[in-house]
Amino acid sequence: MSQGHILDEDVIAQLHAGPAGNVIEAIDIRRRYGANEVLRGVSFGIRRGEVKAILGPSGSGKSTLLRCLALLEPLDGGEVHLDGQRVGARQGRDGRLVPLGESELAAQRADIGMVFQRFNLFPHLSALGNVMIGLTEVRKVPPAEARGIADRMLERVGLGHRRDHFPSELSGGQQQRVAIARALVMKPKVMLFDEPTSALDPELVGEVLRVMEELAREGMTMVVVTHEIGFARDVASQVLMMDEGQIIEDGPPDEFFASPKQERTKRFLDAVR
Amino acid sequence: MHFDVGIFLGALTSKALREAIPVTISLAVTSFVIGVIIGLLVALARSSRFRVVRYLGWTYVWFFRAIPTIILLFFVWNALPELVPALAGPGFMPFYAAVIGLSVNEAAYAAEIIRGGLLSVDDGQRQAARALGMRPAAVFRRVVAPQVIRVVIPPMANDFITLLKLTSLAYAVSLREILTVTQTQIAQTFRHVEWYSAAAVYFIVLVSIFTVGQAWLERRFVWTSAARSGSGGGMLRGFGGGMAR
Repeated sequence: MSQGHILDEDVIAQLHAGPAGNVIEAIDIRRRYGANEVLRGVSFGIRRGEVKAILGPSGSGKSTLLRCLALLEPLDGGEVHLDGQRVGARQGRDGRLVPLGESELAAQRADIGMVFQRFNLFPHLSALGNVMIGLTEVRKVPPAEARGIADRMLERVGLGHRRDHFPSELSGGQQQRVAIARALVMKPKVMLFDEPTSALDPELVGEVLRVMEELAREGMTMVVVTHEIGFARDVASQVLMMDEGQIIEDGPPDEFFASPKQERTKRFLDAVR
Repeated sequence: MHFDVGIFLGALTSKALREAIPVTISLAVTSFVIGVIIGLLVALARSSRFRVVRYLGWTYVWFFRAIPTIILLFFVWNALPELVPALAGPGFMPFYAAVIGLSVNEAAYAAEIIRGGLLSVDDGQRQAARALGMRPAAVFRRVVAPQVIRVVIPPMANDFITLLKLTSLAYAVSLREILTVTQTQIAQTFRHVEWYSAAAVYFIVLVSIFTVGQAWLERRFVWTSAARSGSGGGMLRGFGGGMAR
């Protein structure tokens, strides 16, 4: 896993040479389930190559925020921009918000990588099949070529020898690395991680975090919802604290962890450390 | 009266019964295929976003599950031509009537099995497929359907066997399937024991063959690398295993 890059050279070059400004930007995102306001106006932007770690107690809206950024959930208010383009919805002729149809959303989601807490690998496909399916079904890459790309990516996350194994035959850490490979072959503009190590046995956390660290080093733009304080401190360029559907504090990791300004952040950090 | 082995073997190998086999099998298979297609639509309707569509699906299951199959067959054969003049001619053969009756009945049961299968697929699967950028049709075909098929094979096989035996109700529409032929022969020979036994043997053999088929099908849907490399080819592999080699 340590030899060479995870990403292709041309992908790394693209990551560094993309348009200026935010890769992904959330503007006053709101989301409610019935009477329960889960996101109460969340705004932030991520520049190219930045890694944002999002901390917060359960129920603070972190996962919902990520699913909204991944366009898996409609917004009740606000906007998401990807490379400066509005995604997920468009302005109707009467000025009102019109959510896009599933087919239009599908095309936009392909540029956003998402890694889930519970891996969500497809149980009926081998590791290789899981990594290939986005290429063949969405990018319309010919199967032989897709197989080569998927094979290389599995090799780079350290799972070349497991490519013919099915998810049920892989450890949690291996499954999560397959899931990361599955998202990476799509050449996403940003990678979203929803508590990627929370469902893992403690001894398997490291292998997943190492892949994520390497990705960060290579310039991948990442948003990581996590409870791994170590990862947030060492890898993130910015740490956000969420509580009750809002960002209550943000800052570079050394500042954030050394001298949190909000009482709520202090209490949270004390509880998880 | 005693059991006459000679008459029994004669019945077993009779042209009349041999000709009834393809009728029984084609009726069962045709009704099953049509029933499953309608059932899939009803199951999808029952999980629709739209309340009216959900109610329509629910109503279908409620209605056709409530009606005894034999009444349904009598209705299609005797009453439907009175309501639909197009069906009154000689072109409306017993086989068609039996297919209609059995498949709308089968669909009600298939719908519930498929709905259970759809519910069994973790929502994370759909989310992961959507997150990759798959369109709804691809999400269903490549991710949801293979997982649904795997869980519905046992109840569906059970259901098919029930349907295979229900074909004998086509006696009601004078279709020349196994029971009708048997009854005709008994009316001529008065050998109840031998002919009913022969008919039973035919059903036992048919159900056994399909049970073996079920086991074969279930093996196609074992998702491990050992199962994949150990078994030979199979037409369902592409669907069951996708690109899994």
